[in-house]
This record gives sequence, C-alpha cells and structure tokens, in this order.
Amino acid sequence: MKNLNILLAGFGGQGVLFAGKVVAYAALIANKQLSWLPSYGPEMRGGTANCSVCVSDEAIGSPLVTNPNVLIAMNLPSFDKFINAVEPGGVVIVDSSLIDKKVERDDVTVYYVPSTALADENGVSGLSNMILVGKLFHEVCLKEGGDYQFCDADILDQAIQKCVPARKAQMLDFNRKAVALGANQ
Amino acid sequence: MKVLMKGNEALAEAAIRAGCHHFFGYPITPQTELAAYMSKRMPKIGGTYLQAESEIAAVNMVLGCSAAGLRAMTSSSSPGISLKGEGISYMAGSDLPALIINVQRGGPGLGGIQPSQSDYWQATKALGHGDFQILVFAPSTVQEMVDLVSDAFDTADKYRMPAMILADGMLGQMMEPVELPEEGAKAPVEKPWAACGHQGKRPHNIVNSLYLTPEKLESLVKERYQRYETVKATEQRAEEYLTEDADVIVVAYGASSRVSRSAVNKAREKGLKVGLVRPITLWPFPVDALKRAASHCKQMLVVEMSMGQMVDDVKLAIDCKVPVHFYGRTGGMIPTPAEVLAQLEQLCD
Repeated sequence: MKNLNILLAGFGGQGVLFAGKVVAYAALIANKQLSWLPSYGPEMRGGTANCSVCVSDEAIGSPLVTNPNVLIAMNLPSFDKFINAVEPGGVVIVDSSLIDKKVERDDVTVYYVPSTALADENGVSGLSNMILVGKLFHEVCLKEGGDYQFCDADILDQAIQKCVPARKAQMLDFNRKAVALGANQ
Repeated sequence: MKVLMKGNEALAEAAIRAGCHHFFGYPITPQTELAAYMSKRMPKIGGTYLQAESEIAAVNMVLGCSAAGLRAMTSSSSPGISLKGEGISYMAGSDLPALIINVQRGGPGLGGIQPSQSDYWQATKALGHGDFQILVFAPSTVQEMVDLVSDAFDTADKYRMPAMILADGMLGQMMEPVELPEEGAKAPVEKPWAACGHQGKRPHNIVNSLYLTPEKLESLVKERYQRYETVKATEQRAEEYLTEDADVIVVAYGASSRVSRSAVNKAREKGLKVGLVRPITLWPFPVDALKRAASHCKQMLVVEMSMGQMVDDVKLAIDCKVPVHFYGRTGGMIPTPAEVLAQLEQLCD
C-alpha cells in the first residue's frame, strides 16, 4: 500500500478521535504500521478537535499529518483550515449537512455525505462520525486495487468491536449500521 | 500480541512490568494519563499510587521509597520537573536509583501545553544544584518508551543514580502498537545498601546527602564521577540511519527525530545523500556515534523542538570537525518534514 495519512477534523464531541481510533485498530489488526495522534488542549465539546492517523507498510516518521491524502471534514472551520493542505490526488470526505461549501479544487476527489442528517433520519443520531468512517473505508481503506487498501470488511468489523467499550455493548449494532449507511452513500 | 496504547499509558504499564509498584505524582498536562493509568492499576496489584500535595512532595516520596530499596518513580511535565529538581539532586547526592519521567511541554514558565524539547539543558546539565549527572533516555516511539523504561530502571540500579525518560507531549499523547514484556518477568534487584530494617543482623544503613566535612564530600563526589566515566564509556546509545554514504547528517532525538526521518526519506527519494543520527541516550551523550558520522560526512544539521539546546553537545562531541547547522521550532510548534527537507536541500546545494 501507499502511505496513508488521514486527517479527521471537526468539533469536540463529534467523535473525531473515536473515528480515528477505528482506523487505527483496523490497521493494527491488519498488521500495518500506524500512528494515532490527537490534538489536545482546550478542545472540549464545541471547540475544534482533530486527529492524525498514519497507516503504512514502513515505520511511521512524523505522526502529525500536515498534508493529508485523506481529509475528513466535519465542520466548516476545519474544512476552511485544511482543504488547501490536502495533497493533490487526495480524497476529501465532507459532512455536507454541516458544511454547505463546495470544494473549489479540481485535483482532489470529493465525497459529499450529509452524515449528520443521515444519522438523525436513520435512528443513529450522534454517529455521523461512523457514517463518515463507513465512507472512508468504502472509498479508501477497503477499495479493491486502490492505492491505500489495507484491510477487509471483517477487519473493519473487528476494529469497531475493539473501539466500542464493553459497558456500551448496546452501541455496537448502531455503529455497524452507521458504517453501512456511509458505505452505501 | 501487539496492543494499541497511548505513550503515557505505555510508560505506566511498562514501569509496572519492570517491577515498579510505587508511583508518586501530581497531575499536569500532557502527562496526566500516566498518573491516571497508575491510579487504576496500582491498587489491583497491591502497589502504591499516591497523588501527593505537590511535585516536591511526590519526588521526596520517591526518594524515601528508593532509600528503602524499592523501585519507585514519578512523572510530570516541564514546570513540574523544575519543582522536582531539588529532590532529584538529593537522590543523586544519596546515590539512589529512581525513574523520573518528563513529558515535555513548551516553556519557560507555565509556557504552553503542546509538545516541546526545551528541557534538554535541564535534563542533561542542570536538574538541580551540585556536581551530578543523571541518566537521560530519549525514546522516539511508543514501543521504545516501553523498552527504555525497563532499561532505565536497570541502569539506574546498576549505577545507583536517578534516570529520566525525556519524552514530549507528542509521544505521550499518540497511540502506536506495542508489545509489552511479560508481567513479573523481572526478579527484584538485591540492594544491600537499602535502609529497610536490619533486624539486628547487620550494621544499620544510612542514606543521606549531607556531608559537612569537605574532604569527605569531595571524595564522595569524585567517586561518583568515576562511576559517570564508566557510564559514559559503556552506556551510550544511538541509532544511525542511512549514515554510511551521507554528506549531510541530521542529529535529532525523540519527536523531532521522527520528523527528521520523514525528511531524510523524502530527500533520499530526490537522490540527496543524507542520513540521521538519533541519540537514544542524551546523557551519556552518544559521542562515539557522532564521531563516526563526522569522520565521513561534510555537514551536520541539528533539528530540535527548542532554540538549539543540543547544538553545543554535538559540536563538542565531534570537536567541531564539520560545520554544525541548526533548525528548530519551539513553544509547542512541531517542525514539518517539508521544513526540514528544505534545510537539507539548501545544505546539499
């Protein structure tokens, strides 16, 4: 696989770090090298939060993703801040229910997913992050023959199981449902 | 079986598995997960987790625990380490082993909470008053954090001196896969000098750093410095990466070495002959590896998340044999591989 550098960015409370964790666990189970680095600081609910995830066949150098080849933008400030940092040829996944701007670049592939609205409509409110994860895996991490394919659907499911804590086991199927929703977008 | 852990948590678990069952601390960002982890784990294994009333209290509890012959540790971040300086000097003066972890943040003063490497001078030269050194280990991955915790305890016991893991907020906060050592694999180290009760069977041991007779104090300090010479001769560690044919060699440790490695890889793709020497021990400083590098490279570039605190040590190590340049960010800023690459391109021009 090619080196995959993902930047997930949004508000605190949207599950940015959790979404990054799912990717990290999938990479762990797939026996890849990986790093997961959260922004930390005054990022409480409502503040900005972002998370860098690197997946590679080789040792990871800097774990801080400044020029992502995949950007997941979950709010407008993050979209504005990072859209021009995406590497040419990269992928951008946008929560189009919270961001009504269009990407003006023509050298990146963009997927508009109204994930917050979809989550509300499908009984998985609050799992907009996992809908975007579903899209990410469908278009990038699982993509047959793609540059960044590093795992299969079974590994993704194992990763979700790892990330949903035992005391919230009832959330497991909701997370699976959200991921499936994202994949079908 | 590899698990995914944050650096801070991995440091804590590794310490427990290295036989350290006594932790004394005080919370501070960005190392708080370490103490939080200890607070959950220690009661389960019959160990001690104690949140002291201050950093100074915590380090003195470590002193007492170590004097009684037990493996003990404390952790903090930059401003908290300054407070611990007094206790570390007392431990050095009492020939006590202990582990101190510094997950560095920007300074001076309260500074900020983002990753930094601006405590290099403090760690390697001036942790407290008096003639003394401590061992300083600088991991660059979460796995290396785990491995070095165990080595730091062992080396501290071997030479009877405090050891520090000098990490930073990036390494503390990030998750990577790690393989942990078996629990309880380590046999406790015999410490015949410990003040742990003689039960009338031997003369009592005294652990102390107060010596009012200058002749006595001088001889003790000199004996300690002989030990430091052995440490310098035998405990240096560094990683040499793509150095063999390199014209320009980057010298960087910890988080900035990861950025540098990315930059070196990118430079190699462009055909530039560059390499990296990564000090793993900062004291003893890896003079031998740097001398080796300076014997064939044309220039060196020190990359740090500080204003260049390691530069003088590099120049001294190589007797200024080749020009030593510097690139750094500070205050919590992390250099990007592109920034370092630009420096390398300029030097190779």
